[in-house]
Parts: sequence; structure tokens; C-alpha cells
Amino acid sequence: MYQYDSYDHKMLEDRIDQFRDQTNRYLSGSLSEAEFLPLRLQNGLYVQRLAPMLRIAVPYGMLSSAQLRKLAHIARHFDKGYAHFTTRQNIQFNWPDLADVPDILSHLAEVEMHAIQTSGNCIRNTTTDQFAGVAQEELEDTRVYCEIIRQWSTFHPEFAYLPRKFKIAVCGTKIDQAATQVHDIGIYLKKNETGETGFRILAGGGLGRTPVIGQEVFEFVKKEYLLIALESILRVYNREGRRDNKYKARIKILVKATGIEVFRKKVMDEWQSLDTSKLKLNQAEFDRCAKFFLPPAYKTFNGNSDFLNASLKSNALFASWHQQNVDDHKVPGYAIVTVCFKETGVAPGDVTDAQLEKLAQLADEFSFGEARVSHDQNVVFADVHQEHLFELWSALKSNALASANLSLLSDIICCPGGDFCALANAKSIPIAESIQRQFSDVKEQQAVGELSINISGCMNACGHHHVGNIGILGVDKKGAEFYQVSLGGSSRHEASLGSIIGPAFAQDDIPGVVEKIVNVYKAEKKHSETFIETYNRIGIDPFKEKVYVKAD
Amino acid sequence: MSKLIKDRVLATDNWTLLKESTGPEVLEVVQGKNFIVPLTFWLENTAEIALYEGAIGIWLDSDETPKMINSDLSQIPIIALNFPVFTDGRSYSSARQLRTDFSYRGELRAVGDILRDQLYYLSQCGFNSFSLRHDQDPELCLKAFDDFATNYQATVTQPTPLFRRR
Repeated sequence: MYQYDSYDHKMLEDRIDQFRDQTNRYLSGSLSEAEFLPLRLQNGLYVQRLAPMLRIAVPYGMLSSAQLRKLAHIARHFDKGYAHFTTRQNIQFNWPDLADVPDILSHLAEVEMHAIQTSGNCIRNTTTDQFAGVAQEELEDTRVYCEIIRQWSTFHPEFAYLPRKFKIAVCGTKIDQAATQVHDIGIYLKKNETGETGFRILAGGGLGRTPVIGQEVFEFVKKEYLLIALESILRVYNREGRRDNKYKARIKILVKATGIEVFRKKVMDEWQSLDTSKLKLNQAEFDRCAKFFLPPAYKTFNGNSDFLNASLKSNALFASWHQQNVDDHKVPGYAIVTVCFKETGVAPGDVTDAQLEKLAQLADEFSFGEARVSHDQNVVFADVHQEHLFELWSALKSNALASANLSLLSDIICCPGGDFCALANAKSIPIAESIQRQFSDVKEQQAVGELSINISGCMNACGHHHVGNIGILGVDKKGAEFYQVSLGGSSRHEASLGSIIGPAFAQDDIPGVVEKIVNVYKAEKKHSETFIETYNRIGIDPFKEKVYVKAD
Repeated sequence: MSKLIKDRVLATDNWTLLKESTGPEVLEVVQGKNFIVPLTFWLENTAEIALYEGAIGIWLDSDETPKMINSDLSQIPIIALNFPVFTDGRSYSSARQLRTDFSYRGELRAVGDILRDQLYYLSQCGFNSFSLRHDQDPELCLKAFDDFATNYQATVTQPTPLFRRR
């Protein structure tokens, strides 16, 4: 994991002092609400329906056990005993007091954490596949490049007042778990014909009111030029992105309006005029960052899986969890474990202080003291020896953390919705819960297989409903909450946006509607097709017919 | 009159900002005064400006770019970049372009909605003078330049990014 040096520490200290002063001036009345707004947002602080919300940055999802313990401490002392994993690998607190925030930031700084640029019209936390560095099929560990981007984007003086928020994702794995193509900039690691590492760079992707898949700006950029490419794109966006209408201010609207060819030319013009001699990355920097992500001290695998196999045979619950929540690791004898935070009756992504403490302890015992937050609001132990899987599962189980529903239909991605968020048109957490109750049998879910459900409480799309295999969007119809359902979205390499199935449904109808959709899939699926594969083959009409059929 | 910080000290303003509606006749009426003129004035009245005895600088609004100036920048003593509201970040890019891409060495002034909490980033982008909004406390504003000891990026005041220095 990245370790701060004196420079990183000093910048963080300076930032906390600056924000403490700004908060004091705001509370004393010498800084106006409108002037404080972007300052607090760039320090992660929203003012929400019930209380302020503080969003903590978790750079590309990486957390140490010490950081998990600190988060537990903050949840206990400054919140109501819980926190919430977000869809961008961050974590947020929903009940802090505004006046406590500078102190919370000081606590976070002790463990090299902060809330910088987690909201506001600036470059946000860079995200990546949660299996970076351990995935079986990966070009290179993307975290090295994510850290380089993190430093470049943190306190960038030119890009602190962009037209709108700006999100970057980096992907180097074969299975893209980072929703890379729906980011303002999506970066794919790539090798050219001569085997050099570089990047394919997309721009203009995004969800929200106008969902768009990103378009290719650069087919291949050598890795030394990464920051020059980013700086050129950001400069064009900062100068030319719309500022007259916040709903048309994202880079996707600019790219659409200019067309990708013209946009690319503008970016190239900036590239030509930048002083690239200093901005060009060098091998020393790649080496410096890479040494923070060296593999831990893995034990050599003796090839013996007898203990694991025996446990799988003797314990059906363990076997079911193993099948669903454990992935292959690039190192023989090791496994990647995903702890699914989608227990029925608990808001997706919610975690208590006790669970955070437990995760810290388990990370220390089983995964070299580290954990990761995934963009689907779960937690990953990336380096677990297969001999320890049963022990880890038992520990998770006794702490109600052994849901075996990863990637199944109850592993729902969901925003906080109308229960917490001031922007929402409708609640989303109760919808997730009603679907989970409808499909409470894990066996049945496993029979259905991989199926993503995404729920957003408004068209800002924090629950990424456009890229859910089944997407659910809360809408307001004359003061009542209704839900629009779309089918066929995906955030993987073959990214696609869902199509709306038809008129919206009342809240109580949603579990039944999802069941009808699943039944169509079950009836139509051929061989081992996943839901999305069947949908892509048969289209939306068979689903539409069944969902809107009149009762006899 | 708004308060001015130049090169990190309080300074007297020797320039008068011309309104967009002012015509070229002002240069005949008021001789010798230093004017900062809007870009359109600069582009449309080249003959009058050439004859004028005082100094003339250029005012760019946030939707105008340095490329539009279309003359030898080394002959222009001051360029003022406007911030209609402090959240309009376009002039940050214009400032950096002027300093790094166009090697502009004259006075670069931030005008408009200029507040204490943006001064550090503004200075990193190459502004060296700041016409503060009337309600700002200039003494407090002077402290803003020390908000951060350093930064990660290549900036105008520190052109070598941190990764080449650590």
C-alpha cells in the first residue's frame, strides 16, 4: 500500500489547517454560505436531509487494518455507529456535526486518510478494479498508475473549479469490474505491438441524466505521457465545458457536441502547447510508486488442497459461499474473498463500527493487514491462503458477514435514496430490501446466476441504474414515488446502457416485476447463458409482454 | 476602489479598467493615464492605441482565450483575467497558458470575484496581482499565499513537479 512521506503529510496538515480556518470563518459568519459551499464540498462535506454527510476518500479502494480501525473509531465517536461504502470505492458518514469535521479530518490524517476532492466540481477519487494486482488475467497492477493520478489530481490548482465533477477509472484486468467506460475519463492498460505498456484513453462516459459510453480519444498513449494526456483533456474541458446549465456541464455533453474527432484535435492542440519536458513521467517515478505495491510474502504452495476440499464436501453452506464469493488468485494456493455487504434488511453498503473492527482483525489474520472496497459496495480480502478459507468463513459467519450472494440478484447496488439524500425523488433502500425478501433463498439465486440489479433514487444515478442488468430508477409522479425499470445494462468490457421496459410501477409492484423478469430469463435461457446474454439474444419484447400482461 | 495585492504586498493600483461600452475617444480626452481595455477595444482600435502616450493593457473575460489577443505579448505590460464568479474556473487555464505556453512575463492580474480562499491556486497558475473584491480583508488575504508549503504538480511558481524533486 502507498505510504506517505514528509511531503504527503505536510500537504495534508496544510489542508486541515486551511479547512479549520475556513470552517471557523463560516461558523463566525465572515464566510458566506455560497462562498463556503465549494470549499466544504472539496473537503467531502455535503449538507443532507437530516445531517451533514462526510465522504472519505479511499484511494482506488485500498484500506489497511489501521485505517479500518480508525473508521470504526470515527463511526463510534462522531456518528451513530455506522458508515456506508459508496459506489466509487469511498466510505461516508451520514451523521457528523459540521463543527466536528476538522477534528475528524485530523483523526483521518493520523492514518494517511482524508476527504479531499470527494465531492465538488473537481477531479474525484480515481477508481480501479478491486482485484488489481491479484487478478488472474491482468496486464499490470493498475494501482501504481492510480497513485500517480491521485497525486497529480490532488490540489491541482488549474482544475479546482471545473464546470462539473470529474471521475477517472483505470482498468488492467480482463474482466472490467471498475465500470471504466462510464467515467469522464476511462483508462485501459494496453500493450502496443512492441510490448510497451501504455494506455487506451476514453473520454465522455458517464451516467446521471444523460448516460453515455465513453469514446476513444487515444488509441495508445505511452505510459510516460499519461499525465500530459490527462492534463490536455482536462484543459479542454475546463475551458470549453458548459457552465450555463449544470445538467449539461459534464464532459460527455462537450464530447457529444463537438464530436470525438474535433474534441481529439483540441486535445492534441493543448498537448502540443504544453511544456511536456517536466510533466513527462520517468522510470524513477514508476519504480518509486511500484515499490508500494509489491506482492506480500506469499507462502509457496505445496499443491495440497485436501483440507479445503474436505471442508467443501462436509459443509454445504461453506461450499455455497465458496462458490459464490471466492475468486481465483494469480498466486497458486491463494484466493480472493469478497465479503458481501448486502444482508437483507440492511441498507446496501452499510457497515457498523463493530463490523469495521472485525474486518480489521480479519485483514490482519488472513490477508496481510489489507482490505479493499469494491465499486459494488462490498469488501475484498485479496490475499487469503486457501488453507484459511474455512476459518475465515466461520469468523465471517459468526459476525453475520457471510452472505453467499456475491454477483447474484440480491447483491444489489443502491444509493442512499430518499431516506437520506436531499436530491432523491424516491426511496431506494426499501426497494432493495423488498427484492431481497422476494428472493430470500440463496439456492434459488444461484440457480438464476449472475444478475446485477442497480437502484437509484433519482436521475443523478448514484446507484448506476443505467448499467444494471435490471436497473430501477425512482421517479416522482405528482408527489407519489414510482419506479421505472430498465433492462440490459452492463458496466463490463461490453458496456451497454439499459432500455426502459415501459411505464413506471408502484413501489409494492417491484418485487413481482423483478420475479416476472427473472422467470422470462429462466424460460428462455439456452445452455449456460447468463441473464445479460439471454437478454442480448432475445431483446426486450418477451420481457415486456410478461411484465405488462393483464391479470385474468 | 478595490484593494490590490501585487507580488505578495499591498500595492497602489496604477491602472484604470475601461468599461466595455467605452469608445476610442477616451484615449484623446484622457492623455497619459494607464488603461486596461477589453479585448474587443484592443482589437478594434489598434491605430488609436499605437498613438496613445500612456500604457495599455488587456482585459480578457472568462470566455475569451489568450490566443485571441493576436499581438506580441511581450509588448503588453499587463493582462487582467476576469472571474465573473469565483466558481468560474476558466481563467485559471488562461493564466497558465499565458505563463507557460506563451511565456508571458508581464503583470497578470486576477479581477472580478477575487476572494481569500482562491488566492493560493490563482498564484500557482501564474497570477501575480489580485484586485480583491471590495469586502475582502487584505491583511487576511496576504496569508493565503502560504496555505500550502508545496504541491504535487508542475505549476507556474514551481515548474518541476514533486515526483522530480522527492
